Amino acid sequence: MAALRCFLRSGKNAVAAGLRREIHQTAPASLQVTVRDALNQAMDEELERDDRVFLLGEEVAQYDGAYKVSRGLWKKYGDKRIIDTPITEMGFAGIAVGSAMAGLRPICEFMTFNFSMQAIDQVINSAAKTYYMSAGLQSVPIVFRGPNGASAGVAAQHSQCFAAWYGHCPGLKVVSPWNSEDARGLLKSAIRDDNPVVFLENELMYGVPFELSEEAQSKDFTVPIGKAKIERQGNHITLVSHSRMVGHCLDAAAVLAKEGIECEVINLRTIRPMDIETIEASVIKTNHLVTVEGGWPQFGVGAEICARIMEGPAFNYLDAPAVRVTGVDIPMPYAKILEDHSVPQIKDIMFSVKKTLNVPLRVKYRGHILLCHCVLCCSVSQ
Amino acid sequence: MRKMLTIISTVLRGNAGKNGAEVLSEGARAVVAARTYADFTQQATFDIKKCDVHKLEEGPPLTSTLTREDGLKYYRTMQTMRRMELKADQLYKQKIIRGFCHLYDGQEACAVGIEAGINLTDHLITAYRAHGYTLTRGGTVREIMAELTGRRGGIAKGKGGSMHMYAKNFYGGNGIVGAQVPLGAGVALACKYQEKNELCVCLYGDGAANQGQIFETYNMASLWKLPCIFICENNKYGMGTSVERAAASTDYYKRGDFIPGLRVDGMDVLCVKEATKFAADFCRSGKGPILMELQTYRYHGHSMSDPGVSYRTREEIQEVRSKSDPISMLKDRMLNNNMASVEELKEIDIEVRKEIEDAAQFATTDPEPPLEDLCNHIFYNEPPMDVRGTNPWSKLKSMS
Repeated sequence: MAALRCFLRSGKNAVAAGLRREIHQTAPASLQVTVRDALNQAMDEELERDDRVFLLGEEVAQYDGAYKVSRGLWKKYGDKRIIDTPITEMGFAGIAVGSAMAGLRPICEFMTFNFSMQAIDQVINSAAKTYYMSAGLQSVPIVFRGPNGASAGVAAQHSQCFAAWYGHCPGLKVVSPWNSEDARGLLKSAIRDDNPVVFLENELMYGVPFELSEEAQSKDFTVPIGKAKIERQGNHITLVSHSRMVGHCLDAAAVLAKEGIECEVINLRTIRPMDIETIEASVIKTNHLVTVEGGWPQFGVGAEICARIMEGPAFNYLDAPAVRVTGVDIPMPYAKILEDHSVPQIKDIMFSVKKTLNVPLRVKYRGHILLCHCVLCCSVSQ
Repeated sequence: MRKMLTIISTVLRGNAGKNGAEVLSEGARAVVAARTYADFTQQATFDIKKCDVHKLEEGPPLTSTLTREDGLKYYRTMQTMRRMELKADQLYKQKIIRGFCHLYDGQEACAVGIEAGINLTDHLITAYRAHGYTLTRGGTVREIMAELTGRRGGIAKGKGGSMHMYAKNFYGGNGIVGAQVPLGAGVALACKYQEKNELCVCLYGDGAANQGQIFETYNMASLWKLPCIFICENNKYGMGTSVERAAASTDYYKRGDFIPGLRVDGMDVLCVKEATKFAADFCRSGKGPILMELQTYRYHGHSMSDPGVSYRTREEIQEVRSKSDPISMLKDRMLNNNMASVEELKEIDIEVRKEIEDAAQFATTDPEPPLEDLCNHIFYNEPPMDVRGTNPWSKLKSMS
C-alpha cells in the first residue's frame, strides 16, 4: 500500500505524499510551499532587493505567467520591471542579453525551453562566450529560466530536455532544481550570480508542495550553484539524478529499502559546473552507480557522469559498470500509454538497480513467480 | 617662397567664396608673411546632400557648420583609420594576422560622423567590421593592432581577435550576422531603464538587414519606445551578393516600416554627423527608435580572403575612390575654404603614419598571451576553478 501511494506522489496525492515522505525532525516554523510559489517568492524578493533585476518574457506580466510562476509580480512592480514580450524569442532574448551587458540584471523567461532553440544563438554566442572573448571586459549577469523536459500530453515539440545541450557549453552555468528548497535557493543564487545562468524548471513539479524550513524561508537563503545534495543516505548503490527524476529515485529507494537495498540518492542540483566530487565520494562508498534522467541517452547528463567516473578515482571502486536510466531515444509521443513508457518509471529505476547489484528479479512465468537473473526477462513485475 | 604661399592662399581663398565663410581676423585677407593660426578660417558652413526621409515631416538640416578644430580632428581620425586598415591588410598578407579580418577602408565617414553626432557616454554596437568603431569609441591603434595579431597587449588580451573588440560603452565587435541588433536594443532598454538620457547606436549591414531578428527588434524597440538609433551601413554588397540580389526592397531606410527613417550620404562625414545629431535628438526626446541608412562603400573585399572583384568591377571601385572618397572630400573642403594648409594636413599624415608604424611594431613584437591565460575569464567574480584540459590528467586553472 505504501508503495502504491509513493507511485501516486507526482501530482495527485502530493500533499499526503509530501508529509509521509521521510521522517525528518521538522523545524517548528516550516511551511508547505509548492515549487511554483517558491520560484515566485524568490523572484519577488530579488526584485525587491535589487532595482536592476527585472523579468521579461511571454505572458509574464498581465497573464501572471503562462504557468503562473510570476503571479502577482506585475501588480506589485509594474510595467518597468515585469515586461510582456511579443512572441519573438530570438529578439527578446537578445534584448535581455544586451540589457545585461549595459548594467541591468534581467530574468529572461522562455515559456518552455523548447522555444529557447529559436534564441539559442543569443544564449550561447552573445551571453555565454562574451566574458571570455572580451578577456574580462564585458560580463553578462543574466538568468534564462523556464520549464524544461517532459510535461504531460504535450507531444514531441514541447517535451525536450535541454540539460545536455546547455550543459555542453563553457561560460554558462546550468542548474536544475528538484524541490521547493532547490527552486528557491538556486533561483536566488542564479539572480545574484554575475554570469549567464540557465535555470531549468519542470512544469510537472510546479504544483508539488515541499517543506521549507525556517532557514530556507529567509530572504537571504541561497543554495550554492555547483554543489550536489545527498537526499538520502545509503550503502549499497548510488543513484544520481536531477529535477523531477530525483523524486522518482527517492520513491524507488523507498520500495527497494523494503527489500533490504539501501540506495544513496544524490540530487545534482547543478548540471554545470557538475559536482563530480560528491558523486565520486558516494561511489567510493557504495561501489555501484546508476544515473537517472528524463532526457535522451545519447550525449546526455548520465553519459557525462559515467565518463567522468571512468576518468576519476571512483572507477577503481566500481563493482559493476555504471549505467544510465534515461528517456527513451524517441521523440515524445502523445498517447498516454506511449508517453508513460517514454520516460523512466520507478520500476525502470528499480530494475536497473537490481541488475547493477546482480540481485535476482522476480519474474512471472506460466503463472509462477520465479527469481531470475536472466537477461532475457525484460518485462518484469516486482 | 613666402610670396608664393601668399599668392596661393589668396587664390584658394578666392575659390572659397561660396558658402559664406566667416573670417575671424579682418587682416587675414591682407598679405601675410607666414601661415599662422590666425590666417585660417575658423569655421565654415557647407551644403550637404538632402536626406531622403520616411515617416518624418522633415529631415536633418541641409547645411553643416564645421570648425577648423573639428575638421582637423575628423581628418586625423579618418586618416588614422584608413592607414590602420591598410596596415592590417599588409600584416594579413604577411600572415601575421590570421583568421577573419574585415576591413573598413572607404567607410571612415560613417564611424567618424556618427561619433561626432553622439557623446562618448552614449552606447554603440556593431557587427564584425568593427576596427573603425573600436577606434572612435576609445580604443588605441596599438591595442587594436595587437588584438589583430593576437598578442597580450591587445584590447581583448589576444583572446577575441578582429571581431571581438570591446571598450567602454562599446559592445563589440559581434560575429553572428544580425545578433548585435537585439543586443543593441537591449542596451537601449537599459539606457531608458536607468534614466540617464543615453542612447544606443545599433549598426548592421545591408546583408544583415534581411535578418528576422532585426524585424523582431524593430517591433519591440518601437513598442517600448527604446532610445535606439538603428543604422544600416549599406556598402552595396553583403559579402559577394549585391543588394539587388539579396533584398526585395533595397530602401533599407524604409524597412523599419513604422519606424521613421533617413537615407544619408555615408561618404560625407558632415552629412553623417548632421543626420546622427538629428537622430539622437529624436531619440532623446522620447519618441522612440529611428533608422538611418548610410550609403557607403568598402574598397576592400568582404574580408581579407575576398579579393573583392569577382562580383564587382575594378572600375566601380576606382570611380568611388576618385569621386567620393570621404577623406579627400573633407580635405578638399578644408583646403578650399582656407581651413587648413596642405602642409598642415601633410604633417598630420606623417604623424599618423608614424603612429601606425609604432603600433604595428608593437603588434608584431609584443608577446602572445601566456598559456596560463588559456582558461581565464570563463566566469566573472568567481573563485578560481579547474577546467578540464584535452585529457583527464590535464587540470587547468581558471581565474575570473
